[in-house]
Amino acid sequence: MATTTDTSTNAHAPGVTWLTLRINRREYRFQVDPRVTLLDALRENLGLTGTKKGCDRGECGACTVLIDGRRVNACLTFAVMQQDREITTIEGLARGNQLHPVQAAFIEHDAFQCGYCTPGQIMSTVALLEEGHTGSADEIREWMSGNICRCGAYPNIVAAIQQIAEQPTP
Amino acid sequence: MKPFAYLRASDVDAAVAEAAAEPGAAFVAGATELANWMKDGIQSPTHVVDINALPLSEIIMHADGLRLGALARMSDVAARPDVRQACPVLSEALELGASAQIRNVGTIGGNLLQRTRCPYFRHTPFPCNKRIPGAGCAALSGEHRWHAIFGASDQCIAVHPSDLAVALFALDAIIHTRGPGGERAIPIDKLYLAPAGTPDRETVLEHGELIVGVVIPAAPFAARSHYLKVRERESYEFALVSVATCIELAGPDDRVRAARVVLGGVAYKPWRALAAEHALLDKPLTAETIAGAGAAAIREAEPLRDNAFKVPLAERAVVRALTTLGGRP
Repeated sequence: MATTTDTSTNAHAPGVTWLTLRINRREYRFQVDPRVTLLDALRENLGLTGTKKGCDRGECGACTVLIDGRRVNACLTFAVMQQDREITTIEGLARGNQLHPVQAAFIEHDAFQCGYCTPGQIMSTVALLEEGHTGSADEIREWMSGNICRCGAYPNIVAAIQQIAEQPTP
Repeated sequence: MKPFAYLRASDVDAAVAEAAAEPGAAFVAGATELANWMKDGIQSPTHVVDINALPLSEIIMHADGLRLGALARMSDVAARPDVRQACPVLSEALELGASAQIRNVGTIGGNLLQRTRCPYFRHTPFPCNKRIPGAGCAALSGEHRWHAIFGASDQCIAVHPSDLAVALFALDAIIHTRGPGGERAIPIDKLYLAPAGTPDRETVLEHGELIVGVVIPAAPFAARSHYLKVRERESYEFALVSVATCIELAGPDDRVRAARVVLGGVAYKPWRALAAEHALLDKPLTAETIAGAGAAAIREAEPLRDNAFKVPLAERAVVRALTTLGGRP
């Protein structure tokens, strides 16, 4: 099919194609089928298995990552669409052994049971704090509704978020 | 998922040309809907034309109205203080839709083109005229408590899922498109097709025709507006019933000069309750006139076996939404 765009980066025929993604401040160049979601590329192609696959339909939020600082469902976008973006996964939050404040608060409040939804809950919280929708427990619940916890750890998740929201910014 | 070629379009004309040239092409923006249909085998585009690089993300408030680029993200539009002030119904509808994650990538154009759906549409073992025209409708005799109470046909009884569209019906929005045949301006109440003839086709858009923007004309009633959404759970759920309403009050005794009452979750498109609007005109917004509007809104409802509960629900939602807008005893 004819295209007016630069075919080296902007057009990918069916089959395996080369792709460069910037994830957690590092560039990854790898081969991938255009059908692969960002979620599957992270987990299967790049070994970044901290991002979890729950429903694979955008309903549970376990795959939440940040793209250019905004929270999104990694299962609902194709990897090939995310070139030139800055992607942050749960692996990119800590600085060496220094946990991100949201990670530390989740541990302090025991804001999980099985832990499967936790990377998504934490990534969503990082964005939520930036968005500022933490004025009340109700507001937090509404703005975290895209992240489901089948263990029902919601009270502790809300408590962890409230604690961080009340901390002065470092 | 079937193989597809992926193309990132650099300008609108190229995007339209690329899609128009391939009968199996689909545009993609947020991908939050298309990705799921592709995974489920419900849609299998041969060419996916990514329009995210197109310069269509504007959110501009003019004296004569609000212009939203097709690629403006739901979250960005909802968060704009000038939008919230000028048309609260729009911000409210956007923030009550989907989840924060989906609103961050979901676009104004894509939201309007969500497909009417029901559980049988998603589950391919069941017959569905939307997936395979002529296959039959599993919902007619099956579970249909979420389905239409207006405008249903024996071809399809699914409802439109968009909250945004309901608000845009109440705001008399105009949809601007560019396609192989040129540009079009489509009043939003002419965008959606009744399911009777072509249940697999939901809008009047031609293949390769791209929504480029939405214009909401400035109107005195937009500032006094509200979106009420009734769901089976508190958040992140489609509407059982929703109401978008705008009211302009005028004169020394605050009579209704203009009104919009539009129902969501009840039909294949947002359902404008003209009888409810007429019931309010030239009257003060009182408990009595509001009750009359609620009754008028559902007078022609045709519920199915299992969704008669939606009729009084819609009536009471209309009453509550209008009361919120300043009804007085």
